[in-house]
Amino acid sequence: MISDRIRQFFVLFFVIGFFIYLFGPLIIMGLTAFNTSAFPRVTPWECFTVEWFEVLANDKRLLEGLKNSFLIGFGVVCFAVPLGLAGALMLTQVKDRVRPWYYTVVISPILVPGVVLGISTLLFWDRVGLMFGASRDSIFYNGFFLTIVGQSTFIAAYTMLVFISRLQRFDPAQEEAALDLGATHVQSFRKVLLPFLKPAIASATVLAFLASFENYNTTVFTSIGTSVLTTVLASKVRYGIDPSISALAVSIVVLTIFGAAMHEVFKRREEAEAKQAELVAAGLQKKKKVQRQWFIDPAVIIILLVFIAGLGTAFFAGTMGVDECKVAVKEQKQAATKKRVEALQKRNRERKAAENAAAEAKRLERSQRTGTENFNTIFSNDNLKPQPGKKIDTPRTGTENFSGIFDSGNLQQQSGQEEEAPTGTENFQGIFSSDNLQQQSGQEQPKTEDANQ
Amino acid sequence: MSADVKLEDVWIRFGEFVAAREVNIHIQEGEFFSFLGPSGCGKTTLLRAVSGFLSPSEGKVLIGGNDMAGIGPNKRPTALIFQNLALFPLMKVWENIAFALEVKGVGKAERRKRADELLELIALPDQGDKMVNELSGGQKQRVAIARALAAEPDVLLLDEPLSALDLKLRQHMRTELREIQQRVGITFIYITHDQGEALTMSDHVAVMSQGVIEQVSDGNTIYNAPESSFVASFVGENNHFAGTVTHVDSDFVVVDTPSGSLRARNIKRDGQEQLQSGDEAMVFIRPESLQFCDNQSFDNTLNAMVERQEFEGNFWHVFLDVEGSSRTVSLSMVNDGSSVVHEVGTSAKIGCNAALAVALPAGSLAAE
Repeated sequence: MISDRIRQFFVLFFVIGFFIYLFGPLIIMGLTAFNTSAFPRVTPWECFTVEWFEVLANDKRLLEGLKNSFLIGFGVVCFAVPLGLAGALMLTQVKDRVRPWYYTVVISPILVPGVVLGISTLLFWDRVGLMFGASRDSIFYNGFFLTIVGQSTFIAAYTMLVFISRLQRFDPAQEEAALDLGATHVQSFRKVLLPFLKPAIASATVLAFLASFENYNTTVFTSIGTSVLTTVLASKVRYGIDPSISALAVSIVVLTIFGAAMHEVFKRREEAEAKQAELVAAGLQKKKKVQRQWFIDPAVIIILLVFIAGLGTAFFAGTMGVDECKVAVKEQKQAATKKRVEALQKRNRERKAAENAAAEAKRLERSQRTGTENFNTIFSNDNLKPQPGKKIDTPRTGTENFSGIFDSGNLQQQSGQEEEAPTGTENFQGIFSSDNLQQQSGQEQPKTEDANQ
Repeated sequence: MSADVKLEDVWIRFGEFVAAREVNIHIQEGEFFSFLGPSGCGKTTLLRAVSGFLSPSEGKVLIGGNDMAGIGPNKRPTALIFQNLALFPLMKVWENIAFALEVKGVGKAERRKRADELLELIALPDQGDKMVNELSGGQKQRVAIARALAAEPDVLLLDEPLSALDLKLRQHMRTELREIQQRVGITFIYITHDQGEALTMSDHVAVMSQGVIEQVSDGNTIYNAPESSFVASFVGENNHFAGTVTHVDSDFVVVDTPSGSLRARNIKRDGQEQLQSGDEAMVFIRPESLQFCDNQSFDNTLNAMVERQEFEGNFWHVFLDVEGSSRTVSLSMVNDGSSVVHEVGTSAKIGCNAALAVALPAGSLAAE
C-alpha cells in the first residue's frame, strides 16, 4: 500500500526529527569538547583534543562550584527526602475530607516560580535572623543553609509525590499485622514500611539530588556569596566561555547514561527473579539459578560502548599527538594569515603601482600632449592666468541663468522663512504652539495640587 | 496458655451507623468460636475490637479476665490472621514467622530454631528460606498461621482467612485449622460468612445480623433449633410459610398458613417459649425434612405440583409449586438409587413431621 508507505515515511521522518531535536544540541556540545578551538564550536574542526577536560580539572572556580553543588545536593537529600516521606505519610493519615486541601497545600511549592521561592527564602530567614539578633556571618545568612532550605521547599514536594505513589500500593494490613504481632509503632515503621519504601527512597534521593544540582533560579538568590555550579556556569557565559563547559557537559552526560544503564540492569534482574518466583510458586518450574544472558543486555552494551568510546578517545588523543596537530594548525593558520597579509599587501602594492602609473601617465600627457590644440589656446596655461583688464573675481558658476536662486545665502534665507511658514497647523490659530502647551500645563499644575490637598 | 474472651454490653458506633449493638458474649478458653453472618453484619468490627485496632464506643472487652481498655494491639495477648494474610513480602518465610520474636529481641539463632519448629507444625519443613511470593495459596495460609502462633497468643483471631482459596483447598484447610487448634489448645475466634466453615470447625457459633447477635450455640443447635427467623433462613436452606398461631401445646404450636395448618416446634429463647396463641409466626421446614407422601402419613401435608428437578449426584433437588404459597418450595432426597423420579407438571402430596418443622416469631429473613 502506498498510503502505508507514506505513513511509515512520515513516522520515520517524525522520529528522526524528534531525536535530532532532542539530542542534536547534546551531540554538538559533546563534539565541541574535543575541538581545540578556543571557542566551543564544531566548524572549522581544528584538532581532536581532550585538553578541555584538563582545563576543566584545573578550573578552580568551577570545581569549587561543583563541590558546593554536591554538598548542597547532599544536604537537600538529607532534608527533603525525610520531609517528603513525612508529608506522604501524613497524607495517608488525614481524614478524607481534609485530604484534597492538604494535598493542594503541600504540592503548591512546585507551582510557585523558583525565583519567588528564592527571594522569599532570603527575606524570611533574614527576618528570623533579625528576630534573634543574629550577626551577618550566622547561619541565617549562610549560602549553604539558605540554598538547602530554599531548594528543599519544592524538592520535598517532588519527593513526596514519589512516596505517595509508592504508598498507594502499600497494604495497611501489613502495618497492622506487625503491630498485632507485638511490634511497636517504631518497629513496624522500621521493619515493615521502610523496607517497602526502599525503592521509593532511592528514586526520591536521585530526584532530589538532580533537582538540587541543576537548580538555578532559586539558588541564584539563596546562595549569596557561595558559588555553585549553576551560578559559576552562568557567570562564565556572561564573561566568555571555552569548551571546558562542553567537557563538563560530556562528563555529566556520560555519568547519566552509565547510571541509567546500571539502573536498567538491576531492574531487569529483579523482574526476572520475580517472574521466576511466580513460576515456582505456581509449581510450573523448579527453582534454579536464572541464566542471564548479560552479554546481550542492551544496558550492558551501552556501558561497553561508552567504555570503548572513552578508551578510544584516550588512545586516539595519545597517538595522534595534540601538540603536533596544534602546531600544524597554528602553522596552517599562520600560513593562512601570512598568505592573507601578503595578498593584501600585494593588492595594496598593485593598487599603488597602478595609481603611480596613472599619475605618471597624466603627468606625461600633460607635459607632452595637452590635447587642447583645437581650442585655440583657450586651455593654455597662460590663458588661465589672470588676464589684465578682465575680471576674475566672479567666475562662472553655471547658474547665471537662474538669477541667483541657487545662491547658498539664498538657501539659508529660504530655510529661515520656512521655519515660520507652513507647519500644517495654520488653520488652528496657534493652538498647537509649544508655548501654548506650556502655558496650559502651567494652568493645570495648581489644579492637581488642589486635588491633592 | 489460653484465655477466655468476654464481651460485655459492647456497642460500636461509626457516627450514626451502629456496627455492633449490645453484644454480650463469653468465649470459653480453648474453644473454637465462630462469628457467622452476611458481609457487613459487624463481625469483623467485633474482631477488631478484640484485637485492639478499635475500641468499643460502650462496654468492655475482657481477655483472660483483664479489661483491655487502653491496651493497644501490640500489647494484647491476641494474634490476628488477616483476610489477605498480610504476610511481609520482602521477608523470607522464616523471617515472617519469626517476626514476633524479632520485635521481642530474641536472638537470630533462637528465632530460626523456633521458626523451623513452627514450619514443622504447619507441615512446611525446609521451606523457610523461600520468599513469600514463591509459596502457593494454601502454603501462604499456613505460614500466616505459623506467624501468628509464633507470638504465642492466648487467643488467635482469624478474619475469613480461607476466603481467598479455592473450594478443594478450603475444605482441606478447615480440617487442618481444626487440627492445629486442637494441637496448640488456644482459643480460636473465627470470622466467616461461610456456614459450612462455621458449622464444621466450631465448638460454638454466634450468628450475627446487622450488628446484633442473633444466637450463640453449637452448630447442631443452630441448624436444628434456630432461635430467630434470621438464623433459620441464613443457616442452611429453608422453606418458610407465614401464618398465625392458633394453638399452643407444650413444645409445639399449630400455625394457620394459606397452605394449610402446620404443626411445628415452639423454639425457646433464653428458656422462654417464644410463641403465644394469636402471634404472627413463620414455619420453617428444611428441604431434606420434606418428603413425598406416597403411602406414608405425616403431621403436616402440603399439596404441590412438581415444577422442575435437579440431579446433584448424592441428592435430588425437587422444586415444587405449593398450594397457597407464592414461593417455590424445595425438597431434597438422598439418591439411594431407587428414588422415583417425579414427572414435571404432576401433582403430588409432600409432608414432614412436626419434630422437623420449626415455628418462630415472624421477623427479618436473610437476603437470598
